[in-house]
Amino acid sequence: MTALLSVANLSKRFAGLVAVDQVSFEVAAGEIFAVIGPNGAGKTTLFAMIAGALAPDDGAIAFAGARIDGLTPDAVCRRGIGRTFQIVRPFPGLSVEDNVLIGALLRRADMRAARAHAGDVLEALDLADKRAALAASLTLPDRKRPEVARALATDPKLLLLDEVMAGLRPTETDRMVAILRRLNRDTGITILLIEHVMRAVMALASRVLVLHHGATIAQGAPADVVRDPAVIASYLGVEAVG
Amino acid sequence: MSELWRGVNARGRIVLAVVLAVLLGLPLVADRYVLSVLTLIFYFAYVGQAWNLMMGYAGQLSLGHALYVGLGGYVAALLWLNFGIGPWLGVFAAVAVASGFGAAIGWLGFRFGIAGVYFALLTIAFAEFTRIGFDHLGFAGGAAGLFLPFEEKRMGEWWNLRGGQTLFYYLALALAAGAVLLVALIARSRLGYRWLAVREDETAARALGIDAFAVKMAAVVISSAMTAVGGVFYAFYYNNLFPSQVFEMSRSIELILAPIVGGLGTVFGPVIGAFVLTPLGEVLIAVTARLGVNAPGVKAVFYGVVLIVIIYAMPTGVWPRLAGLFGLKGRAP
Amino acid sequence: MWSIYLSVAIQGVLTGLVYGLMALGLSVIFGVVRVVNFAHGEFAVVAMYAAYVLFTALKLDPLFALAPIAALFFLVGYALQAALINPFVGRPEHEQFILLVGVGIIIVNVLLMGFGPDARPVNLSYGFDSYEIGPLLIDKPRVFAAAAAILVAAGLFWFFRRTRTGTAIRACADNLVGAGVVGLNVKRLYALTFGLGLACVGAAGALLVTIADPTPTLGPAYTLLAFIIVIIGGMGSMAGALVGGVLIGVSEALAGFLFAPSMKSMFSFALLIAVLVLRPQGLMGRRA
Repeated sequence: MTALLSVANLSKRFAGLVAVDQVSFEVAAGEIFAVIGPNGAGKTTLFAMIAGALAPDDGAIAFAGARIDGLTPDAVCRRGIGRTFQIVRPFPGLSVEDNVLIGALLRRADMRAARAHAGDVLEALDLADKRAALAASLTLPDRKRPEVARALATDPKLLLLDEVMAGLRPTETDRMVAILRRLNRDTGITILLIEHVMRAVMALASRVLVLHHGATIAQGAPADVVRDPAVIASYLGVEAVG
Repeated sequence: MSELWRGVNARGRIVLAVVLAVLLGLPLVADRYVLSVLTLIFYFAYVGQAWNLMMGYAGQLSLGHALYVGLGGYVAALLWLNFGIGPWLGVFAAVAVASGFGAAIGWLGFRFGIAGVYFALLTIAFAEFTRIGFDHLGFAGGAAGLFLPFEEKRMGEWWNLRGGQTLFYYLALALAAGAVLLVALIARSRLGYRWLAVREDETAARALGIDAFAVKMAAVVISSAMTAVGGVFYAFYYNNLFPSQVFEMSRSIELILAPIVGGLGTVFGPVIGAFVLTPLGEVLIAVTARLGVNAPGVKAVFYGVVLIVIIYAMPTGVWPRLAGLFGLKGRAP
Repeated sequence: MWSIYLSVAIQGVLTGLVYGLMALGLSVIFGVVRVVNFAHGEFAVVAMYAAYVLFTALKLDPLFALAPIAALFFLVGYALQAALINPFVGRPEHEQFILLVGVGIIIVNVLLMGFGPDARPVNLSYGFDSYEIGPLLIDKPRVFAAAAAILVAAGLFWFFRRTRTGTAIRACADNLVGAGVVGLNVKRLYALTFGLGLACVGAAGALLVTIADPTPTLGPAYTLLAFIIVIIGGMGSMAGALVGGVLIGVSEALAGFLFAPSMKSMFSFALLIAVLVLRPQGLMGRRA
C-alpha cells in the first residue's frame, strides 16, 4: 500500500497538557479514513497539525512522499490538501458561488476557467440552486456543503473533513454520505474525516483510528474497531454496538 | 475591458456616458471657482480610491495615508527644484519612495501579525514620525515649507505641470477616471477576489492556499503607489508643501471620508462620496460666511457629524443605496 | 551636571504619572468594553478647558476642580456608551474606530470655534514655584498633579479590586458570555465602565492644565500619547498604564532635553513601532 499521507509519532503539548500523544497512522490513496473518539481526544489538534495550522512538537507528517510538518496552511493547501473547519468559516459577505470561486482560483489563473470549475463543484455538491445566496444568510446545515465545496475547488488530493455531519438531520447526513461516496468513487479523492456520527463512519470509512486522551487506542476496519472493548468503554458505550 | 462595459446595465451606461461628456466639456462654460471645486472633488475621489483598495477590498485599515501623499509630493517637488526633473519623470521616483515606505509598513505589520487597531496605530506612528522628521529636514525646507516658484515664462508647459486651472482640472479628472477603471479591473481579478477572501476571513483564505502575506503586501504597495501620484499632483497644484499640513493626521482622516461615506469596497463609492462631501463643505463655508459667522471649524464639525451618521445608519455607504434606488446596479457595483 | 538630568527625569516621572492617569481611562475602557476610544485625548482637552473656565470664572484651583469635572465626565461617559456606543460593541472594529474619530473631530473643532486656536494658560499663583531637594529643582504644580494622579489611580484600583461592582466589571472583561449567564447586567456595567474611564480622563485633564496650556489641536496628540502608553504598558493592564505613562514621560522629557523639544514625540512613535513589532502585549498586558 502506497501511503498518500503518513503520520509518524505525532505529538503536541499545550503547556503541560498532552493533546496528541505519539499518534501514527497511514492513509492510502483513494481511501476514506475516519478518526473518532470522545471530545477532547485530540482529533481536531491532529487535523490542525496536518493542515499546517499548528506545528507539531514531535513526529513527522509526510504527504505524497514529502515532509509537510511545519509548513504554513497555505503551503499545505498548495501541496494538495484541502480542509474544512469544525465551526464553519464561510466568507460571510460573499455569495456561495464566490466562496467556491476563491477556492478554484488556487489552480486556475483565468477567471472564466475558475468560475466554470466552481460551477462544476457546486453541481457535484447539489448546490447549484444556492449559488447566488449570500453565505451569511444560510442556515447551519446549508453551510456545511459550501464549506466542503470550497475546499474541493482547490483540486486537493486529500480532503480533511472536520465533523461535517455535525448538526445534520439523518436525511441530510445520508445526502452528504452519498455525495462523499460518489466523489471518492468518481475522482479517487482521498478523504480523512473526523466524525462523531457513527452512522456516517460505518457507511464511509474503510479504516478507522480511535483516539482517547490524545493517544491511539484502536486502529483498523470499522467493524473490528467498533467491537474493541477499550473503544466501547471509552467512547461508544455498549448500546452503539448493539 | 469590454467585459467591464458589458457588466454595466443599460441605464448605467447612459448615466456614465452623460456624466463623462458633461465633465469633459465643463471648462468651456464653467468659471474658475467651479472648476477648482471639481478639481478638489476629483482629487479626493482619486486618493479615496487608492485608500479604498487597501481598506475596502483588502480590509487593512490605514490611518496614515497622508504619509504617501506627502512623500510623493516632496520627492517630485525636490527633484523639480533641485534638478529640473519634470513631474512626469519625477512621479516614478515618488512612487518608488512611497511604495517603499508602504512595503516597510506592510512588512512590519503583516510579518509580525499586527492587525486591526494596532495596524492602524502603526500607520499613524509612521506618518507622525515622518511629519516631525520632515520638520527638521533642512534640504526639504523644514517646518518653514517647500515652495514651487511661479514662473510666468513657464506657464503653458503642461509637461511640467505649469499651467492654469483647466490643466489641473483635466489632469485630476483623468486620474479619478483612471482610478475608477483600475479598481473596477482589479475587483474582478484573481487578486481582487483574494483580497476579499483575506478581508472576510484570513484563516479560511489561507486554508484555500492563499498566501495572505503576499496578497496584503500587494494591497499596501499598490495603494501607496497610487496615493503618491496624488501627492505629486498636490505638490504641483498647490505649489507649497508644509510637513505639518501634508503629513498631518487630519489629512489622513480627510482622505478616508469620501470612500467611507460613498461606500467601502465598491467601485464608485469614493467618487460619489467626494461628489457629496466636497460641495456640501463648500456650501457650508459659503453660508456661514454669508451669515457673518466666523467659524473656522464648522466644515470639520460637519464632516464629523456626517461620518457618525453614515457609520451609524449606512455603514456600507451611500452608493449602494443610491445605485439600488436608481436601478443603476448592473451585474456588480 | 547629573543633577540637571535627574531633575529632568524626575519632572518626566511626575508628568508621566498624569499621562498615566489619562491612559488608565483608555485601558479600562478597552480592557472591558473592548471599544477603541479614538477620541480619548480630545476628551482630556475638554477637561482641560473646563478646568480653565472654572479657574478664570471662579478662581477654583484645578486640583479642587478635579472632583466636579471627574463627576461630570463620568455622567458624560455613561450617557455616551449607553446612547451612542453600545450598538457598536459587536460591529467590526473599524466602524467603532471611525465612530469615535468622528466624535473626536467634532470635539476639536467645537473647541476651536469656542475658544480659538490660541493657548489658554491657567496662571496658578504657585505656577512657577519649585521644590529644591539638594541640587534638584522640581516644579510644585507637577508634584501636586502627580500626587493627585496617584490618589485617583489608587481609588480606581481599590474600586476594581474591593467592590462588588468592580469585580463584576472585571468579570465582564474576562468572560463576557459567562458574565451574562451569571446574571450581570452587561450593558449597565459597560456604561459604568465607560463612565469611569472618562472620569479618569476628566481628572487627568484637570491636572494636565497645571502643566500644559490647552489648545484644541492638543486633543489628537494626547489620543496618540494615550495609545502609545497603553500599548507599551499593555492593553487592559491598569498598572501597565501608569508604568507606561512614567516611561513615556521620562523618555519624552529626556529626549526633549537632549535633542530638540519638537523631536520628543519622534522618540515615542519609534518606541510604539518597536513595541508593536516586538512585544505587542506590552510590558504587563495579556496577549489579546
